[in-house]
Order: sequence, then structure tokens, then C-alpha cells
Amino acid sequence: MPKSSLKQTLKDLETKKISIRELNQDYLKRIKENENLNVFIHFSEENVLKQIDNLENNNSEKKLKGIPIAIKDLFCTKNMPTTAASKILENFHPTYESFVTQKLLDEGSIFVGKTNLDEFAMGSATNTSFFGNTINPLSKENEPLAPGGSSGGSAAAVAADLCLGATGTDTGGSIRQPASFCGVVGIKPTYGLCSRWGIAAFASSLDQAGIFSHNVEDASILLKSIAGFDQRDSTSAKVDIPNYFENLDDDLNGKTVGIPKEYSIDGTPMEISQIWEDAIKVLEKKGVKIKNISLPHTKYALPTYYIIAPAEASSNLARYDGVKYGFRSEEIDSLDEMYENTRAQGFGREVKRRILIGTYVLSAGYYDAYYLKAQKVRKLIADDFNKAFKECDFIVTPTAPSAAFPLNEKQNDPIKMYLNDVFTVPASLAGLPGISIPFGKDKNNLPLGIQILGKHFDEQQVFNAAVSLERSYE
Amino acid sequence: MNNLIKGEKYDWEMVIGLEIHAQVKSNSKLFSSSSTKFGSSPNSQVSLVDAAMPGMLPVINKYCVEQAVKTGVGLNAKINNYSVFDRKNYFYADLPQGYQISQYKYPIVGEGKVTIDFKDGTSKDIRIVRLHLEQDAGKSLHDQNPSKTYVDLNRSGVALMEIVSEPDIRTPDEAGMYISKIRSILMYLDTCDGNMQEGSLRADVNISVRKPGDEYGTRCEIKNLNSIKFIKQAINYEAKRQIEILESGGSIEQNTMLFNTSTGKTRPMRNKEEAHDYRYFPDPDLLPLEISKEEIGKIKSSIPELPDELKNKFIETYKLSNYDASVLTAEKQTSDYFNETINSDPELKNHAKIVVNWITSELFSLLNKNNQDLNNSPVSPENLGQLIKLISTNEISGKIAKDVLEDMFSSGKTARQIVDEKGLQQVTDQGEIAKVIDEVIAENPKMVEQYLAGKDKLLGFFVGQAMKLTKGKANPKMLNDILKQKLNKKN
Repeated sequence: MPKSSLKQTLKDLETKKISIRELNQDYLKRIKENENLNVFIHFSEENVLKQIDNLENNNSEKKLKGIPIAIKDLFCTKNMPTTAASKILENFHPTYESFVTQKLLDEGSIFVGKTNLDEFAMGSATNTSFFGNTINPLSKENEPLAPGGSSGGSAAAVAADLCLGATGTDTGGSIRQPASFCGVVGIKPTYGLCSRWGIAAFASSLDQAGIFSHNVEDASILLKSIAGFDQRDSTSAKVDIPNYFENLDDDLNGKTVGIPKEYSIDGTPMEISQIWEDAIKVLEKKGVKIKNISLPHTKYALPTYYIIAPAEASSNLARYDGVKYGFRSEEIDSLDEMYENTRAQGFGREVKRRILIGTYVLSAGYYDAYYLKAQKVRKLIADDFNKAFKECDFIVTPTAPSAAFPLNEKQNDPIKMYLNDVFTVPASLAGLPGISIPFGKDKNNLPLGIQILGKHFDEQQVFNAAVSLERSYE
Repeated sequence: MNNLIKGEKYDWEMVIGLEIHAQVKSNSKLFSSSSTKFGSSPNSQVSLVDAAMPGMLPVINKYCVEQAVKTGVGLNAKINNYSVFDRKNYFYADLPQGYQISQYKYPIVGEGKVTIDFKDGTSKDIRIVRLHLEQDAGKSLHDQNPSKTYVDLNRSGVALMEIVSEPDIRTPDEAGMYISKIRSILMYLDTCDGNMQEGSLRADVNISVRKPGDEYGTRCEIKNLNSIKFIKQAINYEAKRQIEILESGGSIEQNTMLFNTSTGKTRPMRNKEEAHDYRYFPDPDLLPLEISKEEIGKIKSSIPELPDELKNKFIETYKLSNYDASVLTAEKQTSDYFNETINSDPELKNHAKIVVNWITSELFSLLNKNNQDLNNSPVSPENLGQLIKLISTNEISGKIAKDVLEDMFSSGKTARQIVDEKGLQQVTDQGEIAKVIDEVIAENPKMVEQYLAGKDKLLGFFVGQAMKLTKGKANPKMLNDILKQKLNKKN
């Protein structure tokens, strides 16, 4: 299905080829037609219509005026409930607007709804949500596929054309992997580019907001809109945000791409290796120098990630205790029982598993062997990239080790599920920007993704390489 | 000095270390902009960050950092250019985040020391291990409802400095002097208001006992004591408890204790096995705290005169004893009062010791009796200076001056006014005094006889009689001299 682009829609709105109301009515219709995909945790037509009314009465110029955007339900929003896909926040209505969503509102965009995700962004298939699975819009009838995760709802929303862009968060691959599974573009910028203020935390040192879109140009427009320094987030970066879209340049002649040998992993499907090679060939034709690089600590990235992320999560999720807001168990005879029952009943299996892992690796007697060691390895992984980027301008790898898998596969095998992140996690640990763009198909005609990684705050280079690959593929 | 306490069988020595929690004097909290005002209505000073709403992030309050550095300098301690905030994880209803942001491995202030001064003129150094910044918790209110606990988060997130001492303290008195000294330094620096009743300054006491020369014994920690009196009581009780156990052949369990202020007893709160595993790890929401040498230098140069410096200055300038000087400098308001008094008249500089006595004994006891504070003393430093001047120039006697001070205290009049109104000037006219003495001698012939027979003690009787006749106004020295002269003539 040919999808309208954000860039084109902005032109159409400007030339009055279409009105804000017409545009959004069209999206509302599609959203209602696709309810079976379970893309949204919260959707209210009334709320969207109200936003349209408000914008129609507003004469000020705004960059994204009237553009329908879907918001991952991890971003706190004033006008819509925020659940993090968890029972523990089932009826939580924030009184505040996250930094990222506020910026989108300031630009005049319309929020069509809050998208489904893995509970507290912990998962790779959007199947740990308290509100049920999201179905990949590319599924064949009777064969539902996972949209990837954790931002599966946002990826699916873009893939099913229920919006012109969506926000996501990426902790170990939660934007890039579902983008790959759903055949859309997904960018996780450098850690610190977008403020985390108002995003329910999973793993603070890794969480980063980003964008899903139909194409690279749209992503470059939207990322500019949500990036920027925020003094309320101590890890937010004070950097100038270039106009990525204006600066887009698909001429890569003279650039060097790094191809890390450690990303050739035994057992990777042929098709994955094939699209990787194809991408390299395309780049070569464009005058890009191919440089084989080594990121020697890559194999430790996954275990490192699955120590650090749960450790931080075990502490970040301690605030959901039934005392102040959200779900509280009815069965409470003591303070301890209130904690135990509230958290036992309020959190799902995967969240509990990670809280347990995280609590364990931080415990007295285990801290040095797990958490401290993981921190050291994380540093080594970051150093690998720093060294590699002395020899190349960007790095190209596959995004995920497979195409979208059937919905219920791997459900009961956490290790297999964790392996989905194998190509995305190293850049997360190093805080680097990464994009996934659709590139090729597997034997079932399902999309596959190529990942492009850049230097810290060099999103422009990432976009340039991505747009170049995208244009040559189309 | 013998610091040992007697058990049934042996002499024992206490080994004591203090962890002092001092609330940083600052208008806003450590990681949020909420007010820190004491006594506001519950939950009226709670930001989204303090309530740990989803997605809320801490941002360090730079002023609190400066206050901690200032305090570190005042404790003669090493300021660390690099320090880290860690999360201390535990569940409690008044801990909204489920963790307290504190500093664990890398505190902002390292080793230091403070000096305590004893009455006998000796002093002792107590070493400081570290000072770190941390958040206070909220407050659970159990007495508002029979079946419910309420939580007040006004205090949640308020900045505390935890000051940890080495186990250098050996007696309850030393513990009291140590915390007084810390309090004094903090108040001179204006980094803590020192108000123990409001909980701005409280301490956990670690205590063990041993036979002199032995290794340290197993210690217990008594939590959250908020007065010097309670600290001493708790130490005394706990030491005795431990000694009794040890002397009857038992061993000490490493417990965390609570002190019951109405019974004066300690009781165990949790033992070592029940101790929390706090799972400290660096808070990923905060960057490590880096302070440049320049910043530290700037803060150092802004520091006012501290009690020990001031003490040495007083000893030097006014030839005061170490103890007098330390009493004067224990509280900033006292040293300020002394300075103002002694500077109110150039003459007084030569009578510094008298000035000290009049402030620390006469005025203090009046203030105490009337439950008042030096800060709002009805007697101003200038007026006290005037009174002392009247004494030093022999216009009134010391004894009369005491009555005058009481009058000043209640009426607010100046010393001069009272002395003039009541005609209390000392009688220094030799003739007048001699006349009175003649009268006394004439009226008490028997006593004179006895005195002359060798009963020297009777001299006091004659002085008393003569003073009575002059309504206490006779210059005591002159009275004494003339009296002796006259009696001896009789011989």
C-alpha cells in the first residue's frame, strides 16, 4: 500500500489541497478499521476531534500543524492516560506532559492515541503488555506476527498508516527492532539528545526517545522536533540540533563505512547476511570505502545489557508500591503485604523476572561479580566503537537476527527473546545513534532491516547514509 | 583522666562513634525546587519529583552542594573534587522513590577532625571519616486514624549532610561535647540551623564496650536521637546493658536499637540478619558531581571565622583560659554577644575575664530561669558593658551589681538609670566607712573581745554588720581594710 509521507502531507496542508480535518478524518477511519491490530492502549475519537477543533481556531504557524502522531504509552501525557502497558498504572492520569510530547504539541501535531508496548518497555514482541498483544499489520490472515518490541504499537501504527509518525523509546533496540519487523523507519538518537523527562523509566542510563516514520526524510523532520536540551534531565545534552532534513545529503562519495566482523554470528539466517551484503554493495557503488572493523567485545554486549538494564529497572520500578498512585491490591493487612500483593498482582511476568534479576545482580556479594563487571565491560564496548569510528564515518549492520516471527513463538523462552537484541544492544550500551530502515525481504516476503550507527550526536551522518540507502533501494 | 566505668567484675571502656544527620540550610530541596519550610501543612511542599511520579528526574541543587563543601572546610576535611550519588534501595511508605539518593563510595567530603575542649583546659581531637549528601525521607503519621497510616512528604527530598565520626569518643560527655561542637561549627557556617527539636540535627550512636587495651567489641547502633540529653542517656543505658551481658558470660549481638525517651531504655529494632541489603549503585539519573579547585577556593574564601579560630583569638587578645574561650565560642550568638559587650567601652578590654563571667554565669542563669535565649536577651550587650564598667570603676559592688542586673532584666532599664534612681553608688568615702565601723564595734563589745582573743572568723560578722548598715554599698575592700585596722588598734 502506498503511504503518504509527512513531507508531502505538510505541502498538501500548506497548499490547502487537504484540510487538517479531512486529513485526520482519514486517519481516524483507518484507526477504527484496524482495531483488531490492538495498536492503541488509549484511543478516543472525541479527543482527536477536540484537537482538530483547537487547531482550526489557531492561526499561528506551526511546523507540524495538524499532523497525526501516535505516542508510545510510556510518555506521560496530560490529556490521555498513561499506563506503560502495566496493570500497576492502569488508571494513571498524569498532571504533566513529557518533554518530548510537549514539543510535538508545541509544533501543532495531533495525538491520535497512546500505542501499545511491552510492559514498561520490557520485551521484544509487544506481548508482555497488560492490554494484550499488538499484531503486526504485515501478518497474513490466520498467521498473526509479532510487531517486535517494545515499541511494537508505534511501529505497527506507522506500518498500518494510522499516523504519519510515532514516538518510541529504545533501551536495547525497542525502536530499531520493531521498525525492522514492521517495515518502517525507526531512529534511536544519541543518549541525551532527547530529554527523558516525563518518560516512565525502564533503564535510565539507556532509555532514549526516538521516532518511527514512513521514510528517512520524515524521521529527520520529526527528530528535530523532539530533540533539545532540558535542564530537568541531568543527562540531557547541551548540543546544537542541526536541521537534519534541510541538511540531508545522499551523496556518500568519499565516506567510509565500517563493517564489524563480530556481527557475523553463527546461525544468522542467510537472508539476513544477504541483505547486509547487498547494502554494502550499494554503498560501494556510491563511492563509499568499505572498511572491515572489529568491535571485539560485541559478544559480551547482550549479557552486559541484561545485567545493567534489569539492575536499573529493579530500582526504577520500586516507586510503583501502591502508596501514592496507580494500582493497590485490596488484600492488605500490613505494609509489607501491601507491597507484596500490589506488586505481585500489578506487574506481569517479564517485569517481575527483570526486577528479580536486577535485585540479584545488585545484592551484597554479587554486585562486584555482576553489576560492577558489567559496567566495566560497558566501558570496553564503548571504547570499541570510539576506536572504530576513528576509521569510519558510520557503521552498517543488520537490525535484527530475523524477520517478524509468529506472535506466540519464543513467548516462553526468555533467552531466545533476548537474542533479538543482539545487533541493537551494543550501540545502546555505547549511547550511539542508530537507525533501522527497511531493506530487502525474507523468503516469506517479510521486510528486513538494516541498521546504521553513527558517532555521538552525528545523527546527520546516520540520516545521510540512511536516505542514500533508502533511495537506491526504492 | 579516668574514663572507665565499673561493672560488677571489671572496669570497662566505652567506644563510641556518631553519625550526625544535619539538615542543610537551604530554601529548596536537594533535587527539587520545593520549599523546605518547617511546620507547613502536610503535603503542601511536594513536587512531582518528591512524590516520585513516573518519569520524574532529580536535578541537583547547587546551593546544597556549596553548603556541604563549606561544612567540609569547617570540619578541617578534605573536599573531594569528584563524588557520586548512589541509590540506597529499600521500601518504606514515606520513601516515595523506593530508594534514597545518597552518596556511598565517593562522598563529597573525606577525612577531617574537630576539637573538643574540657573544663580542665585539655582538649581532644575527634576524627571525621566523611561527610556525604543525601535526601531525607517523608514522615509516616500513625496517630491520625486508628486503622490507617498517613504519609506527609514535605520533608521528602530535603537535603541532609551525614557526618560520620571515627569511634574516637569514650564517654557520654564527650559525645555531648562532640555534637555540640559540630552544631556550633554548622551554625557559625550557617549551613544548618542546628535546631534539634525540629529534627534539623539528629544522630545515630554506635557504641561498644571493651576492657581497656582490648580490641573493639561488637557494637550496637542506636537510631535517631534528637537531643544531647537523650544521646547521653541512651549511651549510658546501652553501655550498662552491654556490660551486664558480657559480665554474665554472654555476647553482644550486632543490633540496631531504638531509644525510648520516656523509659530511658534501648530496645532492639532489627538484628544483623534482618539488616537491609540496600543494593547501592550509582544513580543513573545523575552525573557524578565534579567541583573544581577554583570553586572550592571560592567557597573557602567566603567562610566566616569559626569557633576554634575565634577561640584562639580570644585567648590571645584577652588572655582568657582555653575553657572560658571555648564556652564563649560554643555558640555564635555567645561570641557575638561577647564581642559587642567588650567593644562597647574601651575600658572593658582590660576586664575581659569579668565580662566572660557576667555573660556565662549571671546573664545565662537569668536567661535560663526565664526560659529565654541570648538572641532576644532583654539586656543588650551595651547595657551589660555599662554595668561591668560600673563594677570595674568601683561605682557599685559586685554584689549590688547582681541585683542591678536582675532589675535590668525585668525592667529593661540601663544600669546607670537603676543605680542613680536607687542611689546604689558604692560608698568609697573613708570617713563614712570608718564611722559605720566605729558604730559596729561599739555595739558589739563581746564579739570584739572574742575576736581579739583569736577568733578570726568573726571578721566576717563585722563585715556583714557594716554592710548591712551601708545597705551593701560600702566598697568591700575599703571596708575590710579599715575594719582590720581598727580592730587591730584595739589590741
